[in-house]
Amino acid sequence: MPQVEFSNIVKRFGRVTVLEDLSLTVQDGEFLVLLGPSGCGKTTLLNMLAGLQDVTEGTITIGGRDVTDLDPKDRGLAMVFQSYALYPTKTVRGNLKFGLSAQKLDRAEIERRVTWAAGLLQIDQLLDRKPAQLSGGQRQRVAIGRALVKNVDVFLFDEPLSNLDAKLRTEMRLEIKRLHQELEKTIVFVTHDQVEAMTMAHRIAVMNGGVIQQIDTPDEIYERPANLFVARFIGSPAMNTLAARIETSGQAIAAIHGPSGVRMDLSDYAFRTPPKHGDTVVVGLRPEHFIVGETAEPTGAVFTLPVRYTEKTGSDVTMFLDNGEKDLISVRFDHKHHHVPITGEAPPVWFPKDRFDVFDAASERRI
Amino acid sequence: MSTQATTAATAAAGVRSKARKKKRISGSSITIMVFLTMCAAFVSVPLYVVIVTSFKTMDQIALGDVFALPTTWTIEPWITAWSEVCAGMTCEGVSHGFWTSMKILFPSLILSIGVSSVTGYALALWKIRWAGTFLFVLFLCAFVPFQIIMIPLVVLNSSIGLFGSIWAVAIVHSILAMPLLTLIFRNFYKDVPEEIVNAAIMDCGSFWRIFIEIILPMSANIMIVVLILMITTVWNDYLIGLTFGGVGTQPMTVILANTVITSFGAVKYNVDMAAALLTAIPPLVVYFALGKFFVQGITAGAIKG
Ligand SMILES: Nc1ncnc2c1ncn2[C@@H]1O[C@H](COP(=O)(O)OP(=O)(O)OP(=O)(O)O)[C@@H](O)[C@H]1O
Ligand SMILES: [Mg+2]
Repeated sequence: MPQVEFSNIVKRFGRVTVLEDLSLTVQDGEFLVLLGPSGCGKTTLLNMLAGLQDVTEGTITIGGRDVTDLDPKDRGLAMVFQSYALYPTKTVRGNLKFGLSAQKLDRAEIERRVTWAAGLLQIDQLLDRKPAQLSGGQRQRVAIGRALVKNVDVFLFDEPLSNLDAKLRTEMRLEIKRLHQELEKTIVFVTHDQVEAMTMAHRIAVMNGGVIQQIDTPDEIYERPANLFVARFIGSPAMNTLAARIETSGQAIAAIHGPSGVRMDLSDYAFRTPPKHGDTVVVGLRPEHFIVGETAEPTGAVFTLPVRYTEKTGSDVTMFLDNGEKDLISVRFDHKHHHVPITGEAPPVWFPKDRFDVFDAASERRI
Repeated sequence: MSTQATTAATAAAGVRSKARKKKRISGSSITIMVFLTMCAAFVSVPLYVVIVTSFKTMDQIALGDVFALPTTWTIEPWITAWSEVCAGMTCEGVSHGFWTSMKILFPSLILSIGVSSVTGYALALWKIRWAGTFLFVLFLCAFVPFQIIMIPLVVLNSSIGLFGSIWAVAIVHSILAMPLLTLIFRNFYKDVPEEIVNAAIMDCGSFWRIFIEIILPMSANIMIVVLILMITTVWNDYLIGLTFGGVGTQPMTVILANTVITSFGAVKYNVDMAAALLTAIPPLVVYFALGKFFVQGITAGAIKG
């Protein structure tokens, strides 16, 4: 079964090291998303798996077979490219067929697969058109179709949706998800869009600077980010991160934020390695976890800071509180439950006791 | 750029609402017009003389007014030039040279374009060891004047028994054209989007299938450019044809030259002019037939990725 395994991959372009000792396993039938900022090496990793770029060091196996030095066409993969990369002089049918006739399949089989893929992607009407005569969404479908007809076990997607408008992107997202559920193939999907990653993935591998920061389920990545990079990268608006000093007294443990003097009660936080009195940490607070107004929940911290400005997006409001530092604290809430404060007002906002994320200030890892 | 800016500035300073509609002819565009007119005259005045002379009778030519229109139009000189005029000892007109040139042209085209398009494709889109070095060598080769390597080429040709045949001329043409054509093709193919090539490589690893099914159909524009370039060079060539062609295998240009220098009695200017025009017509036809694409071809190649 096609489990994809990268072991100790190193990739250098001349003197530039893009990937340093990267290991990653993609389970059979899994939908794995590679997520990371631009230039972190996602495409490079995918191209190496596809055989389009050489691996400097390390091995890649697919279903136990070492494919590190195999030709792209012999790896049993199909890839959907960011720019669609359709063959401009061929019709849609010609685009779908090209890879199949190269495999020397017989005509009936080719015809059957083309019909099947065209039906699945609803491009049956377009088979005799040239790519130039298609809309962006249709081209994207053809690009996916060209991969589907090859009937392989592993599909690679390199930011296939980034050229589409928001509405089409949502549609195609659902469509790809549906295809995955239907076909149960292994998918490696590259994106720098966290919504895509969160909605589609079984697991997400968050990359930065050629290093995998964390690989986990979307929930786990959101709830328990392994380090500050992941914490700040996932979530919108981004997580607030406050540098604070640990204070312990008996059983109680708290973090004090210097500039505002706010005390954050970490007694309920599940420390992996409990910090000592006086340690410096970074406490993460997601904007959407704040509670504005009165609450019955056990609160871990209360902020009464002046509002700098507010932003309204539909039913949500994000307000930015001045905590005496350069970065404002963003707080998101539903304006049905509380009136929108005006600038300068200092409404009390609460943070639940069990929602903190705490990171070591030096190593930036979760503690 | 700066002249445009000044024009815009003066226009803005003038009547505001009308300034946009009225286009002034600035000094720079007048200069350009004059220059272009001079260029056109430089070519068209002699061309006019050649054309009218070819339709004149010898009697009128003897009067000496080269700019006058023919008093009696005659196509006699054209017929003579095509099938009767003497070049050296043979008197078969330039038609023989025409067919020889055709026989030289087609193998040269197929050989040079065939080899250099595949080489350019390989250099641009496949990982080739020493590709950079090879390109540099090609670049140098493209700028070596033919005259420098002429003598060694003659020796080489006679040692393999080709010298004096149509093939000798065709092969020399092809080989001399290859460095430049390969560079042209390589630069064109370098602009084929990488992902299309990657998709093709994943679909089908075959060098030739990708070339024939994907890359070649995308090359129409560059093919037209290269065709025009090659046809005009090969057809208008004199030196290679003279050096490598033997008796009876020399191209039309060489026959034309021989015709002009061979004369019995009075120089028949009208026949010479007709022969020259006959020789010049084929590239002209190519220009007219492909000329429309020529312009489109260049811009399409430059803009499209
Ligand atoms: N041929 C190359 N030569 C040198 N450096 C390269 C080359 N190709 C890529 N890189 C570098 O490798 C790094 C990773 O590139 P890669 O294309 O994998 O990024 P990415 O994660 O896919 O980014 P994006 O989201 O923008 O597509 C980048 O810093 C890039 O500059
Ligand atoms: Mg990329």
